[in-house]
Amino acid sequence: MTRPVLEMRGITKTFPGVKALCEVNLTVRAGEIHAICGENGAGKSTLMKVLSGVYPHGSYEGEIRFEGEPVAFKDIRASERHGIVIIHQELALIPYLSIAENIFLGNEQAKRGLIDWNDTLRSASRLLRRVGLREKPQTPVADIGVGKQQLVEIAKALSKEVKLLILDEPTAALNDEDSAKLLDLILELREQGIASIIISHKLNEIRRIADSVTILRDGRTVETLTVRQAPEDEPRLSEDRIIRGMVGRDLDQRFPDRTRYEGEDAGQVALSVRGWTVRHPVDHQRTVVDDVSLTVRRGEIVGIAGLMGAGRTELAMSVFGRSYGQYVAGTVEVGGREVVTRTVPAAIEAGLAYCTEDRKQYGLNLIDNINRNISLASLPGMRRRGVVDEHHERRVAERYRTTMNIKAPTVFEQVGRLSGGNQQKVVLSKWIHADPEVLILDEPTRGIDVGAKYEIYTVIDKLAAQGKAVLFISSELPELLGMCDRIYTMAEGRLTGEVSRAEATQEVLMRQMTQNRS
Amino acid sequence: MTTTTTPPRDASAAPSGQRPSAGAVLLQALRGNMRQYGMLIALAFIIVLFQIWTDGTLLLPNNVSNLIQQNGYILILAMGMMIVIIAGHIDLSVGSVVAFVGAMSAVMMVKHDMPWVLALVLSLLIGAVAGAWQGYFIAYVGIPSFIVTLAGMLLFRGLTQIVLEGQSIAPFPEGFQNIAKGFIPEMGPYTQYHNPTLLLGLAAVVFLLLREWRDRRRQLAYGLDVVPTGIWVAKCTAITAAVVAFTLTLASFHGVPVVMLITGGLLIGLGYVMRNAVIGRHVYALGGNKAAAKLSGVKDKRVTFLVFVNMGVLAALAGCVYAARLNAGTPQAGLNFELEAIAASFIGGASMSGGVGTVMGAVIGGLVLGVLNNGMSLVGIGTDYQQVIKGLVLLAAVGFDVWNKRKAGK
Repeated sequence: MTRPVLEMRGITKTFPGVKALCEVNLTVRAGEIHAICGENGAGKSTLMKVLSGVYPHGSYEGEIRFEGEPVAFKDIRASERHGIVIIHQELALIPYLSIAENIFLGNEQAKRGLIDWNDTLRSASRLLRRVGLREKPQTPVADIGVGKQQLVEIAKALSKEVKLLILDEPTAALNDEDSAKLLDLILELREQGIASIIISHKLNEIRRIADSVTILRDGRTVETLTVRQAPEDEPRLSEDRIIRGMVGRDLDQRFPDRTRYEGEDAGQVALSVRGWTVRHPVDHQRTVVDDVSLTVRRGEIVGIAGLMGAGRTELAMSVFGRSYGQYVAGTVEVGGREVVTRTVPAAIEAGLAYCTEDRKQYGLNLIDNINRNISLASLPGMRRRGVVDEHHERRVAERYRTTMNIKAPTVFEQVGRLSGGNQQKVVLSKWIHADPEVLILDEPTRGIDVGAKYEIYTVIDKLAAQGKAVLFISSELPELLGMCDRIYTMAEGRLTGEVSRAEATQEVLMRQMTQNRS
Repeated sequence: MTTTTTPPRDASAAPSGQRPSAGAVLLQALRGNMRQYGMLIALAFIIVLFQIWTDGTLLLPNNVSNLIQQNGYILILAMGMMIVIIAGHIDLSVGSVVAFVGAMSAVMMVKHDMPWVLALVLSLLIGAVAGAWQGYFIAYVGIPSFIVTLAGMLLFRGLTQIVLEGQSIAPFPEGFQNIAKGFIPEMGPYTQYHNPTLLLGLAAVVFLLLREWRDRRRQLAYGLDVVPTGIWVAKCTAITAAVVAFTLTLASFHGVPVVMLITGGLLIGLGYVMRNAVIGRHVYALGGNKAAAKLSGVKDKRVTFLVFVNMGVLAALAGCVYAARLNAGTPQAGLNFELEAIAASFIGGASMSGGVGTVMGAVIGGLVLGVLNNGMSLVGIGTDYQQVIKGLVLLAAVGFDVWNKRKAGK
């Protein structure tokens, strides 16, 4: 076996009141792809922040050796000088600057304080070729998609003579095609001798590219497993084996058993959308949602599958108070009665709720507490003599904190400080308390860990069991297959199919999702 | 096969079911409102400092009265500005609106002999219209508030000069002047103190204690955590002592100034609305995350519009108070008032990005500036140095907050 490029030994990091890392060990061998797995809050990001100098030397205990030498980074620049570059989950690019400017941001190709544009553009083109991105270096970053932006980040890392690349959830925001491209690039970089640490929730990706995987749980190293001996080998490690390490138990079931809704009105159509057509908000020539009709019954969970850009979120948001695009045609019926959902308050009034795919941007007031985030959509109903009854509000929040298992000391905890899974539970609580007939859930498990996912699934199941109609939008096919009674597929803004739970397989869905306009 | 799995607990989660200690509760409450408590402590410190420095002049009954009358209009503006800033906006036009409304009131009362009560009502309406004008462009047209109110600053200043034709107009009827200079009238038998003030003070104590008691009772009834009895009693005692001391100070002079009644009423009313009314919550939600608020059913445009109408009315009220104090409508009235109000808001806990702050904070921030002004004048510091010192205080207050937050974040 090759020698280790990085050794972290006995890393312990404490925050006031919390031991985030406890005696963690991590060894990465030269030229390998090393995955780090663990549930949210297991300490993965903290460990990477210790490594990259975000938490400076002295604020943690333990030893870091890089290329055999002990190192003590006092900030990120120090770790970058050694060739350790971290690419964060939230991309750190400046949208209105060009690709080239972004690549050399903080590392400008300058002579005597003046930028050498020829040199900058030439080097940028070379780096873009290396990462396989066919864009002009002058293109503003805002004009390219998230997948390409990720490649720009990697080009930026390469410009710093990277020896160890750390990627935090690199494919979380990417569609399958972009993800595959990115993973290939990481494999290619390995050929060039660049080692990578990849943090990911997507176990199939880990199996595909990683050489070994270290599993963290509750701030401790559980184990380091070998995925494959040589790069060309087939993986020898099963996903179930990784999950077992992460959760400390066998997860025989990744989805709860569905509970039937037994009410008298079971099977009645709760939501019916007909001929829904929406144009792009800026480019009015473009039809983003094209003549979509669908129904959801009481107690039913109905999935919408589709690739990125299929128009799923756009459909949901425009039905929910026309929050997206330019409405062209279509009707919505809730409980058999036609409703006009021209504004969000009208949609809520009609009995709809929409949980956004992007909870930080569209779902939560991050600087406010759990209490007030949960009550926001149902404040008018919490009034007593014209004003909000704060005690009632707090009791409601406490109830959801307990029943939804939101991990926070009090309901006055700032939502911005919670982990992704707990934030998602707050968003769900908000909409459950608004007591809608129909819940539209847009990627409700994005970016959250296996254990929390199971909890969210249980909540969704419970909602259906109470007779709510659930429309479940997801990019993860196994999740749709595991939870839904029926699944619609969308491609290019149109419905391309509808399959029942019995008929649905990943292959069937994928075929319909990739159906192009003939 | 079904396994009922208990999800593993977060490493960071606190053990549930364990009651936090009294100290922890207190500390948490303090930390949550660090900026405001910090400023309250700073205000107390400044008062003590100048009380010593001026050999006791600062807290003499006539100076306390004076202090309130001097700062009334800034406090009124600061309360409105705080709400604007919480909503994620800014209003640069308030100084000019103060001048414009002052001028209009002067024209109505002095040139057209209008009864002062009617003139006051019309003045407030003019303020509402000015606020609606700006609110329309900000909320419905979508022009940034900085631009709209910068335009408003020029516009209303210009209109003031047109209305006044560059001249000051004076004098006002006595009733109108009393808004700024008057006291509530004395009633009843002769005591050493001003009787209605004593009654108001008593009412304030009863009201505050009743509220504390009711809150605590309801919290207990709902099974929520409460602070331990000892601390609660101490808090109530402190509130009572402060109100009594303040009441006796005022009652030994002319009593409660009218402007204090106005400011106090606004503080209670606006504070209540911001904390308890649905629209108040919607303002916080809009400032915190506009997109999320919209998707939760907040009528963002209407709320923004109303915030600016409210600011317009308050600016008009401040304009009347200021004109009444000067006893003239002048073209130069209200110069830089917007900056004072903005400074007071930020000292009192507002955030540049919106979503945080309280009406009480704005008043505390305004009082910090007011006591500094008054105290420094009393000890004979020149206005040049006063500006320097006020600038440094603003910087220090916000700097302390930023530092405190960063420390909490790590």
